[in-house]
Amino acid sequence: MATEILMPALSPTMEEGTLAKWLKKEGDTISAGDIIAEIETDKATMEFEAVDEGIMGKILIAEGTENVKVNTPIAVLVEDGEEVPADAGQSAPAAEAAPAVAAAPAPAAAAPAAPKVDQSPDWPEGTPMKTQTVREALRDAMAEEMRRDPDVFLMGEEVGEYQGAYKISQGMLDEFGSKRVIDTPITEHGFAGIATGAAFGGLKPIVEFMTFNFAMQAIDHIINSAAKTLYMSGGQMGAPMVFRGPNGAAARVGAQHSQDYAAWYAQIPGLKVVMPYSAADYKGLMKQAIRDPNPVIFLENEILYGKSFEVPVLDDFTIPFGKAKVCRSGNDVTIVSFGIGMTYALEAAEKLAEDGIDAEVIDLRTLRPLDYDTVIASVMKTNRMVTVEEGWPVGSIGNHLSAYVMTHAFDYLDAPVLNCTGKDVPMPYAANLEKHALVTTAEVIDAVKQVTYR
Amino acid sequence: MAARKPAAQANVSKEELLSYYRDMLLIRRFEEKAGQLYGMGLIGGFCHLYIGQEAVVVGLEACTKEGDKRVTSYRDHGHMLACGMDANGVMAELTGREGGYSKGKGGSMHMFSKEKHFYGGHGIVGAQVPLGAGLAFSDKYRGNDNVTFAYFGDGAANQGQVYETYNMAELWDLPVIFVIENNQYAMGTSVARSTKSTSLYGRGEAYGIKGEEVDGMSVLAVKEAGERAVAHCRAGKGPYILEVKTYRYRGHSMSDPAKYRTREEVQKMREERDPIEQIRAMLLTGSHASEDDLKKIDKEIKDIVNESAEFAKTSPEPALDELWTDIYA
Repeated sequence: MATEILMPALSPTMEEGTLAKWLKKEGDTISAGDIIAEIETDKATMEFEAVDEGIMGKILIAEGTENVKVNTPIAVLVEDGEEVPADAGQSAPAAEAAPAVAAAPAPAAAAPAAPKVDQSPDWPEGTPMKTQTVREALRDAMAEEMRRDPDVFLMGEEVGEYQGAYKISQGMLDEFGSKRVIDTPITEHGFAGIATGAAFGGLKPIVEFMTFNFAMQAIDHIINSAAKTLYMSGGQMGAPMVFRGPNGAAARVGAQHSQDYAAWYAQIPGLKVVMPYSAADYKGLMKQAIRDPNPVIFLENEILYGKSFEVPVLDDFTIPFGKAKVCRSGNDVTIVSFGIGMTYALEAAEKLAEDGIDAEVIDLRTLRPLDYDTVIASVMKTNRMVTVEEGWPVGSIGNHLSAYVMTHAFDYLDAPVLNCTGKDVPMPYAANLEKHALVTTAEVIDAVKQVTYR
Repeated sequence: MAARKPAAQANVSKEELLSYYRDMLLIRRFEEKAGQLYGMGLIGGFCHLYIGQEAVVVGLEACTKEGDKRVTSYRDHGHMLACGMDANGVMAELTGREGGYSKGKGGSMHMFSKEKHFYGGHGIVGAQVPLGAGLAFSDKYRGNDNVTFAYFGDGAANQGQVYETYNMAELWDLPVIFVIENNQYAMGTSVARSTKSTSLYGRGEAYGIKGEEVDGMSVLAVKEAGERAVAHCRAGKGPYILEVKTYRYRGHSMSDPAKYRTREEVQKMREERDPIEQIRAMLLTGSHASEDDLKKIDKEIKDIVNESAEFAKTSPEPALDELWTDIYA
């Protein structure tokens, strides 16, 4: 039976090419694997191997021909003694189109109706409370989850015998032993990969980075291995794990140890991103993160570790992702923040109240998923918004929220949204410069006064 | 590379030889078909063929038991077929169709099978090495005797994360076999042009990891070395390195004109060392099979491959709402 030889695609982007040279002529015997022609692609000149065997019956495209489209018949292979069919080369291109899929209708533009907002309390009224630091809340959350689920383990630098570089894992080695509280060598790339592999294998690792600055060494595994595998495997396997550690500026540690990664990680589909402020949120969100079947980035803050808050005394207490908290109710302006940014947001709101400006303060708590509804509902009430974060201004969470509010609540805005961020510089060491590089309460107050025209 | 005599030859049964022949031939014919479909524009993007290296994965898969795991790079089609994944599902993933292992969302370089304990198909050179050690970590944590095969190439062997992983794998006695498929070219750069430390398995010594060099063109030699490595790991003695010297006949990917080596070099390897021809010759000279028996196997394989191509062409493209699924569990 005669077989048509088609112009091959020889690179990911090739649509046509030049048939540079024939290495076989009509009548030649061809074996599979023989080089029959040289073809110039958009990238290089490639040797073209025969896939079938037979005799070169007819050459349809002469050598030197340019712009030969992929899948055009270029020659006909016949069996010994067979004639070349008269219609050789007349066939339709052989690449069959995939069965068509009906295009989904474009999503309708969101109607500017007031969104439903969940502001139910995080714990029942009347729950007894105790005062705890963020550090203690984090340790309790991890220890409770490790008691509950034997597949959960903690690994990182100095988490065991040293009791944690920032003493978050204090006492955990004693309780859980070295099988579950694992000291690693200083090799972030390697142990993040090992932990991700362990998560593929069904375990639930908590990876502590001494700081998220060092997680840049591991970011390939966080994103390419942990965040994308569920999708790439068509839902067969993913990475149920937590990457945690201090993030953002501490005090006077300079440029390489003072970066806020909130916006970086929040950009990645497949990751969940948490950045709490209060100790109660640290505890409830950490327990939720460990139970979540996806990779969770848990961004902590060294300055907050020692800060005390009221934490509910409950046997089991979690806070769902994607539920922002209205920390202070107000009518004149919405201040949206998260993590340590809340320190400035709340302080500004207190001072603004003295000037008669009634600010509503929202703590996003999780950045992915992000509770857009609570933000939009608030902006519909106050008609003004200021965002506060420690990270850099370009591509910030505030930029994203501004765009979202413009798209979904444009008619409700009485002033442009303003973003208060860290300055667009590497963190300086000098005390006065560092102070100036960070976002400040005074800047938040100024921004609010601008959007309220005061 | 010096030609070696497969030492275990005398002890190999007819059934084993036939199964190696069949498994290697399936990979080769499948890959040839994939190359063809690529030429027709049915497979897009990057497509890295395993032709020439078949003995590596077939020999090592012969050492496994249920529960063992494997993870590899983007040159992964052979590994998937060898561990028993369905040719239809693999080919349909190559064409980006609904019937593919990842529903068309992974492609040639990113395929997985939980059922067959195949953990990818990874597109970032070297990333699968710590991932493999992590899989082994999960088995050790659970206290079973499963082992993980972490395959990587001579190119990946220069990545830093490989050595971070060696260090921790030995420190924690992880049951992982590091299989360096040394096909002598990292894309277009030969081993000699990328390192002066050309004994790749020997680098494990610095971490206390045992290793050996293996003739990767001989499935019997690979199987024999694999058994040693597996026994070491199952006994709880920690990781093991196999540097398997092999050769890829085709370019690095479909768009590689392969100007970094001579046509003669490839031809010589094909003619003198081909892993499938070696077993074919053993079957015939040992009178384990007749030409007709082998023709029958060839035909069976051809049918499987043709069916997979047909399936991969006719399986529909994924529904558009698949765009939004499997992002979060």
